[in-house]
Amino acid sequence: MINKVVKTPLEAVAGIFDGATVMISGFGEAGSPIELIHALIDQGAKNLTVISNNTGNGHIGLAALIENRQVSKMICSFPRTQHSVVFPELYRKGEIELELVPQGTLAERIRAGGAGIPAFFTPTSVNTPLAEGKEVRMFDGKPFVMEYGLKADFALVKCKTADTYGNLLFNKTARNFGPIMCMGARHAIVQASQVVEAGLIDPEIVVTPGIFVKKIVEVSNPVSENQLILEERRYP
Amino acid sequence: MSIEIKKGWSREEMAQKIARDIPDGAYVNLGIGLPELVANFIPEGREVIFHTENGLLGVGPSPVKEMEDDELINAGKKPVTAIKGACFFHHADSFAMIRGGHIDICVLGAFQIAKDGDLANWSTGEPKAIPAVGGAMDLVEGVKTIYVITQHTTKNGDPKIVESCTYPLTGKGVVDRIYTDLAVIDVIDRGLIVREMAPGIDKDYLQRNTAAKLHWA
Repeated sequence: MINKVVKTPLEAVAGIFDGATVMISGFGEAGSPIELIHALIDQGAKNLTVISNNTGNGHIGLAALIENRQVSKMICSFPRTQHSVVFPELYRKGEIELELVPQGTLAERIRAGGAGIPAFFTPTSVNTPLAEGKEVRMFDGKPFVMEYGLKADFALVKCKTADTYGNLLFNKTARNFGPIMCMGARHAIVQASQVVEAGLIDPEIVVTPGIFVKKIVEVSNPVSENQLILEERRYP
Repeated sequence: MSIEIKKGWSREEMAQKIARDIPDGAYVNLGIGLPELVANFIPEGREVIFHTENGLLGVGPSPVKEMEDDELINAGKKPVTAIKGACFFHHADSFAMIRGGHIDICVLGAFQIAKDGDLANWSTGEPKAIPAVGGAMDLVEGVKTIYVITQHTTKNGDPKIVESCTYPLTGKGVVDRIYTDLAVIDVIDRGLIVREMAPGIDKDYLQRNTAAKLHWA
């Protein structure tokens, strides 16, 4: 019997170990799995490498995970945003490592990692500081930079609806990195606003096929990251 | 000695100039900030589909406050709406649209533009600054036509159009046309060609505020 559903976020993240690489979905305040991240803070795994487009907002979610000193390295495209305060401070003090990756390269590295492609060539970042030290090769007379696929031990992803097989539907622009992070991680952990029996999602409209998902937890009324920031909340 | 400062086009007029140059049926990506204004000036009767790299094709106007949705935002993390016929997709598909040459026009801001079309718009290279690049490098390499919208000079009056960029590059030889408050300038093989100047701006004044040789069409 396949049933990937677990009861609590804490149970869902229980297996994350010290030194793990974790992909975390979200773009700005849309699509970040706040409940799963807070469970990871409670769980306490340390020395994590986190792959996420941004570095979290205010003092909750990913920002709180960083503030709790559980993250030693960030791989992201845009580490400072309007509400990002934690990462910039630690970075200036030299207390957290940063690998800066152009957004499309980040997305494709995650997709490639999940698709069994170890490396690929992209025109993005050619002739810029972000291509320094990387292999450049000419195709049709144009230079391309080699980038490596990214794999992770775990992914934490937020979606709207999951079935018990792990087939997923997302909500608007909160989809962002969710589907490819499920592919790129060996162990994708998904929080869904609604979990339904397998068979209740039309196979024609499934966004992420269940094979990419290992664990699902229902979080029926996920917090609004914007609202928490507005209220200047902190976690824990 | 006082330095003469002439007033050219407003931000809205600059955005309007770009909007007029976007053809019917174009798929367009607008950068964060000043470029976002362009969406307000698409001429009546023209259908243009706006792409935002965080996964929406068919970006509509800003919603009224009570209709804002945390999970419906643009690349600048601002609330937007989706037009009828819009679609959502994940980041790898979104950048396949960009890198794969499917987007027709991208409008971006700039710190500096060099006479050969080099663009610097992601980092001032200051050691204290937190580097952040987002999708700019993908956009300049992948989108067919790159328009830059920017003030002609910095707040200190330094030219932004230069012989060669001193800031770290976003892309090399990527800019096709520059819209400033003073002029519209094409970047083509032989250099910078001025297509239009704002009312009251003359060739001398424009050249004095540009750190690369200008040519006139």
